[in-house]
Amino acid sequence: MTDDQTPFLDIRNAQKSYGDLEVLKDISLQVQRGQIVAIIGPSGSGKSTLLRAINDLDPLTGGEVWLEDMQINKKLPHRQYEKHINQVRQNIGMVFQHFNLFPHLSVRGNVTLAPKMLKGLSDAECDKLAEEQLDKVGMLDRIDYYPSQLSGGQKQRVAIARALAMKPKVMLFDEATSALDPELVEEVNLVMKKLAEEHMTMVIVTHEMGFAEAVCDRVLFMDQGVVVEEGPPSKMFRNPDNERTQNFLKKHLANANR
Amino acid sequence: MGLDFTVVPGYLDIILLGVVWTIAITLGAAILSFFGGIFFAVIALYGPWFVRLPFRAFEWLFMGTPLLLQLFLIYFGLVQIGIDLPAFVAGVIGLGLHFAVYNSELIQTAIIAVDRGQMEAARTLGLSRGQALRKVVVPQAVRDVIPPIGNNMIALLKDSALVSVIGVSELTLSAQRAIGNTYRPFEFYVVAAAFYYVINLGMEWVLRRIERRVQAAR
Amino acid sequence: MDIDLMMRVYPFFLKAAWVTVQLSIYTAILGLACGALGASMRLSRLAVLRFLGAAYVSVFRGTPALIQLFILYFGGPQIGIQLNAFEAGVIGLGVNIGAYMTETIRGSIIAIDKGQREAARTLGLSGWQAMRKVILPQAARLMIRPLGVNINALIKGTALVAAISVVELTYTAQRYIGSTYKPFEMFLLSGVLYMIIIYGTGQAIKWLDRRARIV
Repeated sequence: MTDDQTPFLDIRNAQKSYGDLEVLKDISLQVQRGQIVAIIGPSGSGKSTLLRAINDLDPLTGGEVWLEDMQINKKLPHRQYEKHINQVRQNIGMVFQHFNLFPHLSVRGNVTLAPKMLKGLSDAECDKLAEEQLDKVGMLDRIDYYPSQLSGGQKQRVAIARALAMKPKVMLFDEATSALDPELVEEVNLVMKKLAEEHMTMVIVTHEMGFAEAVCDRVLFMDQGVVVEEGPPSKMFRNPDNERTQNFLKKHLANANR
Repeated sequence: MGLDFTVVPGYLDIILLGVVWTIAITLGAAILSFFGGIFFAVIALYGPWFVRLPFRAFEWLFMGTPLLLQLFLIYFGLVQIGIDLPAFVAGVIGLGLHFAVYNSELIQTAIIAVDRGQMEAARTLGLSRGQALRKVVVPQAVRDVIPPIGNNMIALLKDSALVSVIGVSELTLSAQRAIGNTYRPFEFYVVAAAFYYVINLGMEWVLRRIERRVQAAR
Repeated sequence: MDIDLMMRVYPFFLKAAWVTVQLSIYTAILGLACGALGASMRLSRLAVLRFLGAAYVSVFRGTPALIQLFILYFGGPQIGIQLNAFEAGVIGLGVNIGAYMTETIRGSIIAIDKGQREAARTLGLSGWQAMRKVILPQAARLMIRPLGVNINALIKGTALVAAISVVELTYTAQRYIGSTYKPFEMFLLSGVLYMIIIYGTGQAIKWLDRRARIV
């Protein structure tokens, strides 16, 4: 299968600096179609920056990002770039740590805003789409609620449905469960697992090692702007080669068990 | 010369007509100032510099000078450049622009206060900046400033009395007409004040209802 | 733009600006007095005074200042009040802005934490002593900026006395517009002078506010 050979999402020599501060130092990452990649590492390691570079929220200072045969961070004149990036982003779903639901819109409104505006779906099609996606995340019964009436876990599930409604090719998760109370983490993890079973291509920045081990195909450990080590979860979590990885996991486990 | 309110009922029709015009001009200017305020706010924050800078100057000028002076400028200035607007229209434009600038200040602050994540979330869905502003950021900002904008609208009602000086036959000018016939300024101005007071109460009531509905939708 | 004309008439505008400044100062003093009185009435223990204070605020904020001015100036003689236009302007505008200042002063006093009063009372201070020594000094600092907003409105509000023919900036601009048919030039002349007065006052208030904060 050629699909498995040519990368679906391809980050080539990504570099990012703020003035003298180098946040990403020449990082390359290939993700195959249907693959699920977890990025772990201490805070400040650059993992969120890398994720946000994929849809050009934090543009790189060097390197290229490709999705299939399209370069995402193309250098274009402003107007053309805007047109291009809006097109690209419709293919890349993103879920934020703090949900970023639109508080003035109902759950339905949140999910249908982009499809209605960008794909020109009719009201009936939008309703159907919203019901479908909300059913998938188990939030159908809250379709006419407002975000302020939902718990954190519910908000995050709606945020996932909102991203899915654009039928993205890739989903990016930026510490999707970090802002949640511990008892609400599982309901979001379950939704993500379900996506994994449907072979959604996903890149996940996370602190949840257990979840990463259970769901992901590959794990990247980043520290100080470089990928220190990567491999399948069994190896990365059981016997990593690199000392930094070992230390990080040891500390993390100690914290988690406390 | 004592007070004699018995002369008032004979002029009630003129006064009531004035009330209608006062409400009309207040409504017209309120609508203009609301949408103008949103428009100005977006221009002031996101317009290209050659629009932004002149607008800032305009804003500065309008916030630093009296409304009455601005009304004279608009009324006589438009005539001078060959645009002869009816006094009513000039009044709506003058009042509307004046308060649009004040509303714009409020809305600008509110737009900046809307969480950055909102713009990001909208952009990651593929919305352009304009679409994100229109559908996500501005609606939230406007909702946040409804109470202070309401206060501006109440101020607008009272300032609508000023358009009498450029000849709009609203409540104040109607009272002056009645006074011209009767030489009873105290009585008619007090009656006019009473009508303003009642309209004011009505507006406050409506605004409180709107605020409550907006609050409920959160 | 007719610079020549502007050069010719600007001394008249300067003189008018001085009238506007005087009007503003007298009005501000009267307004602050009315505001202090109104606020103490609204915070009084006596229901009658509270009602009177609330009525003052409601009526004077609920009707146009222009109408209030007209009642005083044109209607005053009917009830035995004879004032010249300048006096009527100061009193009319001062009492009007006083209603707004009442709310500013009252709001600042209320904003000072209730705990402050309680703490003072538990130390054995009387209600009045607590007000004078603990609440007011803090409230005074808090109210400088919002009173500044009131004063800004007041300065622009002095334009209203043009309608009773006080020869201040707006009246002067209006007359020269009428006689020269140069609205933009006249607007510019008077506008610049207004902005100097208003932004100058604004700076003074900012300075006062900063100083009060350091103390």
